[in-house]
Amino acid sequence: MTTMTYAARDSATMLRRNLRHMVRYPSLTLMLVGQPVLFLLLFVYVFGGTLGAGLPGGTGRADYLTYVSPAILIITVASVAMSVAIYVAKDATEGIIDRFRTMSIAKSSVLTGHVVAALVQTALAVAVVLAVALLLGYRADATTAGWFGAIGILALLALALTWLCVALGLAAGSVETASNTPMFLMILPFISSAFVPTESMSTGLAWVAENQPFTPVIDTLRACLEGRDPGSDLWWAIGWCVLITVLSYAWARRLFARVRAV
Amino acid sequence: MTPQRPAIEVTGVAKSYGDQPVLRGIDLTLPAGTVYALLGPNGAGKTTMVRILSTLLPADGGHARVAGFDVSKEPDGVRRSIGVTGQFSAIDELLTGRENLRLMADLAHLPRREAAARVEELLDRFGLTEAADRRSATYSGGMKRRLDLAMTLVSRPRLIFLDEPTTGLDPRSRRDLWKIVRELLGDGVTVFLTTQYLEEADQLAHTVGLLDGGRLVAEGTPAELKTRAGGETLDDVFLALTGHPATPADDSEADGSEADGSEADDNAADDAAEMETTR
Ligand SMILES: Nc1ncnc2c1ncn2[C@@H]1O[C@H](COP(=O)(O)OP(=O)(O)OP(=O)(O)O)[C@@H](O)[C@H]1O
Ligand SMILES: [Mg+2]
Repeated sequence: MTTMTYAARDSATMLRRNLRHMVRYPSLTLMLVGQPVLFLLLFVYVFGGTLGAGLPGGTGRADYLTYVSPAILIITVASVAMSVAIYVAKDATEGIIDRFRTMSIAKSSVLTGHVVAALVQTALAVAVVLAVALLLGYRADATTAGWFGAIGILALLALALTWLCVALGLAAGSVETASNTPMFLMILPFISSAFVPTESMSTGLAWVAENQPFTPVIDTLRACLEGRDPGSDLWWAIGWCVLITVLSYAWARRLFARVRAV
Repeated sequence: MTPQRPAIEVTGVAKSYGDQPVLRGIDLTLPAGTVYALLGPNGAGKTTMVRILSTLLPADGGHARVAGFDVSKEPDGVRRSIGVTGQFSAIDELLTGRENLRLMADLAHLPRREAAARVEELLDRFGLTEAADRRSATYSGGMKRRLDLAMTLVSRPRLIFLDEPTTGLDPRSRRDLWKIVRELLGDGVTVFLTTQYLEEADQLAHTVGLLDGGRLVAEGTPAELKTRAGGETLDDVFLALTGHPATPADDSEADGSEADGSEADDNAADDAAEMETTR
């Protein structure tokens, strides 16, 4: 019981510390929100006319806005998660981690603090990006259950990608490496159903796109927001997120036990 | 920690990195309420010793009890009893001085009001009140060092480790730090410190251990060592007992593996030289 309360208290202390870092380092935070917004504008106003006309049953830009907005929310989640790798690597390469390790504190609190701070930041960033999409004219047809589903799947993805980036940040050994290794999280959505339907891709790529985690996640989110039943995509999405979370968590714990400042 | 129990008991502690032995069987006992100075040149293994005793690094062999707890079997007991100021800065540079201290108070689970009072008390004692709300990244080297030590003291540990606490400090800051160590001693705190400065060990320590080639080649009070070696300064002592000076003039042969430490090492050598001339 006391162990649990101490763990919660230490995690809350670490969360406060990490939230302060985000406020003190606003350029990174702004970039995390700015990048998805830029993507949204680019894809709607530059590519949107042509891409929208190419959608099954689509006529133009407005259809593409509906198609791409959920994808941009996914990009937002990935973007915030990537920053965690930087924060974690910074911590792990500085002397303060050794100070924490010589103190009688809940071991998990350092990483939990990072993860919860990232989830808070994700929620804020997603809200901002969604607001911009709404301003541009995006309208969701979601039922109440659909909204819960959308929030749930975004939260699950955020948890999975954040723990993955915590592990990548610990594995990196330097802040520079940590800002590069999670880059694939930005590339993968392009080879998924995020921006164009997978059927329109070349055969090999289409196969990759249909079998990688981002596709069921984005299809589930889209179904939830359009008021449709996501069907089996939901289970694939949950399965992928849980699998990535569990593996990354175990990996991060192992790496953290070995971390020491150099 | 009961007063009759030694604060630190070490037997046969050994540590190698790969096939390079760094510590080859260290035995030492430190009574509670005293100051021990581990003296050695760059690369002697001082930091390695501190890391083992403060649960950061597992030893390859031997036993170490700190504050009555086995370092490898009961690390959490050790951690509850100690405070550590490492050789390199361990402050959060994005936070202010006050926030850094508050972070430590919260992690020490001090009640809210007590935490706030403790933070103000330490800011005052370490001359950081004026800079308290400035980001600690903007602090000078000496201020960072003071903040670092203040953070270690927040939880009132009864045993503290100071790894080269005065390296890089000017003579005045160094004397300020000595004063703080003496005050801690007055409060009954046990101090295990490492230093490359012979005068520092002479000034502060009840017991001095000379670390050379992975072994404690001599141990005793500063006075004892001086008599044994028939020399006046601890530098003479080092020369007499190890056959070579404590801080080799030619740094290049001292330790090839400290690629990024050379600048600091040069400063250290300069400081030591300066100290000898100011005596
Ligand atoms: N992680 C490591 N991997 C390999 N060798 C290491 C590692 N850490 C320390 N060493 C080596 O162990 C030896 C002792 O290092 P240590 O840091 O304990 O010395 P020190 O007495 O603290 O030196 P200094 O006065 O320069 O701080 C050095 O030769 C160092 O290169
Ligand atoms: Mg050292």
